[in-house]
Amino acid sequence: MVERAPLLDVLTHLLLLLALAALCLPVWLALVAASLPLEEAARVPLPLLPGDRLLENLAAAWQRAELGRALVNSTIMAVGIAAGKIALAALSAFALVYFRLRLRWFAFWAIFLSLMLPVEVRIVPTYEVVANVLVPVHALAGWLGLGSALAAEGAGGIAKLSLLNSYAGLILPLTASATATFLFRQVFLSVPDELTEAALVDGCRPMAFFRLVLLPLSRTNLAALFIILFVWSWNQYLWPLLVVTDPAYDTAVVAVTRLVPSMDALPRWHETMAAALLAMAPPVLVVLLFQRAFVRGLIEQDR
Amino acid sequence: MIKRVTFRGRLLPWLLLAPQLLVLLFFFFWPAGQAIVQALFMVEPFSGELQWVGLLNFEQLLASPAYRRSILVTILFCAATAGLAMLVGLFLAVLVDRTVRGRTVYRTFAIWPYAVAPAIAGALFLFLLDPAIGVLAFALRRGLGWPWDPHLDASHAMVLVVLAAAWKQVAYNFVFFLAGLQAIPRVLIEAAALDGAGPWQRLLRVTLPLLSPTAFFLLVMNLVYAFFDTFGIVATTTEGGPAGATRILVYKVWEDGFVGLDLGSSAAQSVILMAIVVSLTVLQFRFLEKRVHYAG
Repeated sequence: MVERAPLLDVLTHLLLLLALAALCLPVWLALVAASLPLEEAARVPLPLLPGDRLLENLAAAWQRAELGRALVNSTIMAVGIAAGKIALAALSAFALVYFRLRLRWFAFWAIFLSLMLPVEVRIVPTYEVVANVLVPVHALAGWLGLGSALAAEGAGGIAKLSLLNSYAGLILPLTASATATFLFRQVFLSVPDELTEAALVDGCRPMAFFRLVLLPLSRTNLAALFIILFVWSWNQYLWPLLVVTDPAYDTAVVAVTRLVPSMDALPRWHETMAAALLAMAPPVLVVLLFQRAFVRGLIEQDR
Repeated sequence: MIKRVTFRGRLLPWLLLAPQLLVLLFFFFWPAGQAIVQALFMVEPFSGELQWVGLLNFEQLLASPAYRRSILVTILFCAATAGLAMLVGLFLAVLVDRTVRGRTVYRTFAIWPYAVAPAIAGALFLFLLDPAIGVLAFALRRGLGWPWDPHLDASHAMVLVVLAAAWKQVAYNFVFFLAGLQAIPRVLIEAAALDGAGPWQRLLRVTLPLLSPTAFFLLVMNLVYAFFDTFGIVATTTEGGPAGATRILVYKVWEDGFVGLDLGSSAAQSVILMAIVVSLTVLQFRFLEKRVHYAG
């Protein structure tokens, strides 16, 4: 503090409390609605204090949205995407930083360009690839004049491999990450050359160096990155909506949005809000529990 | 850049790069190329052959009133979302930066909305602003006498999606503004105080100008967010309605591609969106260069 200004300090705290209360209002009211019976939750205006029916409503929402299965699906997807992004990015960065590659610029720009192609801008063609992963293979083979060989292989037509309604389809297309690759590149570049020299003198092989030196050194960055990516992956909506038509693979976020009342149905907002609380709980808890790592990761990642 | 000391090996580095490059080829570059092809060619209905149509898809798109409306709606939505989220984030960061006690608690309460999925944020605000039972809708009707109904009124629907989108993004801006504020050297503030500048003057004349690189970076990030990450909000709340009043570009690509099954138009829209991301990314990296200057 530069000077003493008690009045200004009180005002600061007052404004902060007001602003943060407003920020928390949507979730507070969701909690209130989720703790009331149907007739109370539909009253106008909604009471501002929670009731005692929270557990019953959570149980009802759990059943209606089949949240048990959806939460498991979300966990598999979020952990899979986060771990996949980290693994692919760390390996790529290792190759880019620690090897003299011909065509290094090519790999670098390929990864960099992917920054400019989020799923949202190429929805339909990406869906087509996931519906049949072999489409690009067929086309490439056709250009190279191998068309007939492949067509003959898939008996009675073209071979097909669909990733729709599968965990692979949910996870795999989202596992490339330019930002994570550049983050690891930054970290590896800051590792002193003396360590590499020592390792070479000791006859250390590249992969052993990666596992025994680089990974332990980047542990804190890795943890921060994992938290950011877990939250991002858990909250995906458009991609799961496209790839999944079988409710058995619904993620928690998609399952909740199915409970949002449509205009002509009897609104059961108390259950919708209960389901929303359950679906947002895991990423919110992760952020709150690992706040320090989360904030660091956010600022380091830059994008 | 590369290390002075490197490992030897020709095959190993490409094996290490292969997984990421394969994912990129299959799920990024191939679809992007397909989008361009589908935008420039038309598939013959019977033979399945490709026929060159050139820029016809783009011409039709830019001539259609629905698409023009969607562009205007997107600009309005992005500007309002980025502006609101940045202002509130800055406000909170300046306040928290002033406090000594309770700083960590305040920070915790400001950060967590970041973890809520856009689609769920949409559901929360739909409930809050539901014309029949929403608390805020009730307050607007009773307190200000506004007949509130986002299902019927275009501007009400826009307010609904902007509020939900900005609410989720405030935390992100808060984190960066607070980090920016704490990076400002104390001596500058103290020197200004010695020269007789009060708290308000110091904020306007010293602190905010020094925050401008952060603000510019955040502006780009907020625009990217509003453009591409808000599909879930529109899909759960207004579904683009009423009458296209909240049909942002990303929602329209999805709608035309998967509901309307107009592949050519959807592909042309994808190409336009790619051009937008490219320009935003270029802006962002321009800024990164500037920031290096700033620090050095």
